[in-house]
Amino acid sequence: MSARVDGNALAGILSEYFRLDTTSAIVQCSGCGTRAALARELVYPDPMGFVVRCERCEDVLMIVVDAPGGAWLDLRGVDGVQFRG
Amino acid sequence: MVETRIQTPSARSIQLDVPGWPGNIAGQHLDVRLTAEDGYTAVRSYSIASVGDGERIELAVDRLPTGEVSPYLVEELRAGDQLEVRGPLGTYFVWHPTDTAPVQLIAGGSGIVPLMAMIRSHETSGSTVPFHLLYSVRSPRDVFFADELRALAESPHLRVTYVYTRQAPPDWPIAPARITTAAIAADAFSREENPVAFVCGPTGFVETVADIMVGLRIFAPLTIKTERFGGK
Amino acid sequence: MAVISRGFFGRKREENPELPPGQYLTEDFPVLSAGPTPVVDLADWTFSIQTESGEVHAWNWEQLNALPQEDIHTDIHCVTRWSKLGTTWSGVSLDTLFAGVDTTNAYVMVHSYGGYTTNMPLADLMDGKAWIATSFEGEPLDPEHGGPARLLVPHLYFWKSAKWVHGLRMVATDDPGFWEQNGYHIYGDPWLEQRYW
Repeated sequence: MSARVDGNALAGILSEYFRLDTTSAIVQCSGCGTRAALARELVYPDPMGFVVRCERCEDVLMIVVDAPGGAWLDLRGVDGVQFRG
Repeated sequence: MVETRIQTPSARSIQLDVPGWPGNIAGQHLDVRLTAEDGYTAVRSYSIASVGDGERIELAVDRLPTGEVSPYLVEELRAGDQLEVRGPLGTYFVWHPTDTAPVQLIAGGSGIVPLMAMIRSHETSGSTVPFHLLYSVRSPRDVFFADELRALAESPHLRVTYVYTRQAPPDWPIAPARITTAAIAADAFSREENPVAFVCGPTGFVETVADIMVGLRIFAPLTIKTERFGGK
Repeated sequence: MAVISRGFFGRKREENPELPPGQYLTEDFPVLSAGPTPVVDLADWTFSIQTESGEVHAWNWEQLNALPQEDIHTDIHCVTRWSKLGTTWSGVSLDTLFAGVDTTNAYVMVHSYGGYTTNMPLADLMDGKAWIATSFEGEPLDPEHGGPARLLVPHLYFWKSAKWVHGLRMVATDDPGFWEQNGYHIYGDPWLEQRYW
């Protein structure tokens, strides 16, 4: 089984859609309010898609699916994203 | 692909010429995509061991027994083969030569690769920031970049310490064991020096080390940057 | 334009009439995980069916195991392209569990310990097509494969066979579950290759 990794692993897929690197962006968990760089969050690299969970409360922050027609980005557990220029 | 070099019994480094490569910062990675003739594809991330400008880059890949991509890169890839790569990627787990805080690096196995890029960047930039590398390996023959690390450790600004988990050199004073709080504490800077840390390796290793480091209270939690590469 | 990687074959494909299109055969049992494996104490475990009237039919572990158990021999097909042929499970048929349930809703939302959801028509759970499985190859179902109990709906892609199943809710419309909200097919028939929308 593939163990969880972290948000560093999302840099490639998200670079296809965002011009700025997203892994340094700060995301806020809507479950517990924790803010952390995306690179610090826990990532479960399920072959169906990346499931990103809060490093603190493990609630689902976002889901990234690399579907043939283009990636799906589901930000269901994210209150906001701060990009750092 | 230009050249490969054996690093350990299960790993090799791979030199790639990437036309248009914009250069990379120490610690960044890239994605490699393999495509079979029937259209099946597999994508994996690999840290870049090289640093700076230029279109020649170096990866170092450890073969995972049940892997799909790493056995191909370690055993099958030949000079002249083409690879599809995407990168450089990541701006979080990176070290800039202008950074001034003392740096604690902790590597588990092939987790040395991005940290090697940082050590090389530190050396070539002439940075005098103190670097400590604590490198956990199964045995002496599992050390990546062994000769280069030996030479670089002559620098007064780099200290390299090994932790052997299965088999130590004959004259080694410590029995082989997993990395311990004592080993990390012995290598660490003092809290007053405001050090930063980069930890890279298999997920279990990284999480164990990060927990120990938070417990030591030498590093402010946000200054401990980690990169987990999975593993079983 | 993709560069073909000389000497890279990925997974071995073979022509096999038992394999749905685009699948390869695997002998092992890959673990897919969208989160930490929930720790469910059998003393606290329940499975329930909730209808549109708010009525809840619930079973604890002893009650579930006291129901008639069936052995299931089936093939399973994962949307990530592996198939495993000739697997053996045992568990309780959904026909048994729905025997006393009164509903007119045609769709089901499956809920799992850990928060996972997946959706399907009720018809796909009836008539000997689906089970609450508690053992695999004669052994209690391993937590990493969904133990203590998972839904088993083998005629659909395997993400529909929710691990760590906790309950079903009868719903009026076929609203998408966890993966279905993110590009995966609302129904997921492997023989029609219904992988994505």
